[in-house]
Amino acid sequence: MKRHGDVLVFAENNDGRIHPVSYELLGKGRELADSLGVDLNAVLLGWRMENEAFELIYRGADKVFLYDHPSLEEFDVIRYTQNIVKMVRETEPDIFLVGATRIGRTLAPRIAAALRTGLTADCVDLKLDEEGNLVQVRPAFSGNIMAQIVTKTRPQMATVRYKVMKMPERDTGREGEIIRMKVDVIEETGMRIIEKTRADEVEIAEADVIVSGGRGLKRPEDFSLLEELASLLGGVVGSSRPLVDAGWISKDHQVGFSGNTVKPRVYIACGISGSPQHLFGMRDSDIIIAVNKDPTAPIFNVSDYGVVGDLYEFIPLLIREVKRLIGGGKDEGEH
Amino acid sequence: MSSIDQLNIIVLLKQVPDIEKVKFDFKTGRLDRSSAEAVINPFDLNALEAAVEIKEKVGARITVISMGPKTAEASLRDAIARGADDAILLTDKRFAGADTLATSYTLACAIRKVSSYDLVICGEKTIDGDTAQVGPEVAEFLGVPHVAYVEEIREVKRDRILVKSKMGRNYYIIELKFPGLITVTKDVNTPRLPSLKDKIRSRKAEITVWNADSLLDLADERYFGATGSPTTVAKVYVPKAERRKGKIFRGDLERAAKEIAIVLREAHVIR
Ligand SMILES: Cc1cc2nc3c(=O)[nH]c(=O)nc-3n(C[C@H](O)[C@H](O)[C@H](O)COP(=O)(O)OP(=O)(O)OC[C@H]3O[C@@H](n4cnc5c(N)ncnc54)[C@H](O)[C@@H]3O)c2cc1C
Ligand SMILES: Nc1ncnc2c1ncn2[C@@H]1O[C@H](COP(=O)(O)O)[C@@H](O)[C@H]1O
Repeated sequence: MKRHGDVLVFAENNDGRIHPVSYELLGKGRELADSLGVDLNAVLLGWRMENEAFELIYRGADKVFLYDHPSLEEFDVIRYTQNIVKMVRETEPDIFLVGATRIGRTLAPRIAAALRTGLTADCVDLKLDEEGNLVQVRPAFSGNIMAQIVTKTRPQMATVRYKVMKMPERDTGREGEIIRMKVDVIEETGMRIIEKTRADEVEIAEADVIVSGGRGLKRPEDFSLLEELASLLGGVVGSSRPLVDAGWISKDHQVGFSGNTVKPRVYIACGISGSPQHLFGMRDSDIIIAVNKDPTAPIFNVSDYGVVGDLYEFIPLLIREVKRLIGGGKDEGEH
Repeated sequence: MSSIDQLNIIVLLKQVPDIEKVKFDFKTGRLDRSSAEAVINPFDLNALEAAVEIKEKVGARITVISMGPKTAEASLRDAIARGADDAILLTDKRFAGADTLATSYTLACAIRKVSSYDLVICGEKTIDGDTAQVGPEVAEFLGVPHVAYVEEIREVKRDRILVKSKMGRNYYIIELKFPGLITVTKDVNTPRLPSLKDKIRSRKAEITVWNADSLLDLADERYFGATGSPTTVAKVYVPKAERRKGKIFRGDLERAAKEIAIVLREAHVIR
């Protein structure tokens, strides 16, 4: 087998913390690097990020290229691109993975164009063929089909969806090397942040429990029923697209192809038919529970538990039972 | 109409099959492009509308550029009916089979040929390619800064624009100096429909057509189309629907609620 270059992961700095998608990529990257017999490296840019750099080693990186400088504290696509492009030219990785977040999808195409290499968007799976080339799997045409993409240039670059790869264990015993890189400081990039405000939106992709409503809901107010159940379970409310389009709930709640991909421990679909576009965003949830009046609704094909019935009848009953268990659950015994 | 001080805006738009109507062969994973009408990519309507709103406020000349088959001329006429001033179609067999890198390279060469521009506006993504990569790649080829996922345009000045974008957990107000590029989401505006009068007028509008030779003073032919594309589709397939345990409850909802509550407790989401 021919000698391969290393695997590189972009470690996304999110207000001083590493975005979990970067850890997921290290998990996948570790597998790829081990099969190729090469190192797994990460590149991290920011200011005062040394502690976070160690986290990357605990999650599987062999080397961390650390660019630590005040000019890199906030994401600036020009500053990030120039520093990373230079490093990639010097280290010549075979594979370069970036999380398919907004920051990742703003940055990766610029790096790819600067390097004149191929970039595959929004992958949901990655594997190697017999020659060690990266096979990149991504949905096309709103999730109706899957395509396998290969890249003839190096590095093979891909952005990868959050919550599709497994999160690797954190192992503080792992050893690796942090390489402090010389930062190219670029004063003027043509862009300036005038104001930054925290978006107080739900981070639905992080939730352990999601109770989602679809067109089976009759009125916007009825989301409160789902909210009651969600909050009892420490979760949040989700939605199918039509209700978002109708303005019943904000876009950050939307699950599916054009919304969020989620992978909670429990997904409860209430009055959702289970269109391919909706399933796309939630089919990897650990446990899927569906409530629908129509026994032929496709959502039942992907459900672990399906309730054929009226959500307006069932959800209040479920709330009652959940409350009963929270209240001690005498007849079921202590847990 | 044109004055020295007027802004020059370029809008990149793509013709796509109407995804709501297009027929799809689930066995082969192929799209029957003849089954549906071709339309302007919905996100690119937002890009065009953003340009038209800027034109109404501060004055601008809008040039739309599209790369695609000869039939994409219809979308460019539609764009003129919606407020664009000039339209350029890039069409040539040598452009065909382009991935995002080759597409962006070709579009960037065409933008250079137009000569002076202040702002390039792209849609967030196309519904067929669906990569959201062409905008940022064009910006890199042009060597200008860009802001992606713009959901609001706050202010436009002669030499800069103020935009709002969400990234990570924050909203940012960013000042972008010209020349620059933005990609806009569908939240940025609501595209208007063209009037009948404008539609009729656009039928007579002249569409500039460029082929690969038209760009050769600025471009290297090896970077066009399939030859210039580092990525290839090795295989397409329809994903298998994975079936689950699928315990179904009918009729007795009380019992269903009891059992599911226990499932929730076993999943440790009831504490
Ligand atoms: C490009 C594109 C992208 C898209 N992206 C997304 C996306 O990201 N997310 C998304 O969700 N959709 C998306 N869609 C839309 C998708 O195709 C479907 O239209 C949508 O998911 C349907 O939503 P729904 O299940 O809520 O509604 P419906 O399909 O109308 O289903 C409603 C269900 O509720 C049931 N019901 C009615 N009353 C009750 C009751 N009282 N109790 C119990 N059940 C009841 C009905 O039996 C029915 O099955 C996209 C479409 C396109 C073309
Ligand atoms: N063939 C094309 N011609 C003109 N503009 C394009 C073309 N392909 C993509 N674009 C622009 O780039 C954006 C992103 O496209 P994509 O990377 O395919 O998702 C689109 O919304 C358009 O503004």
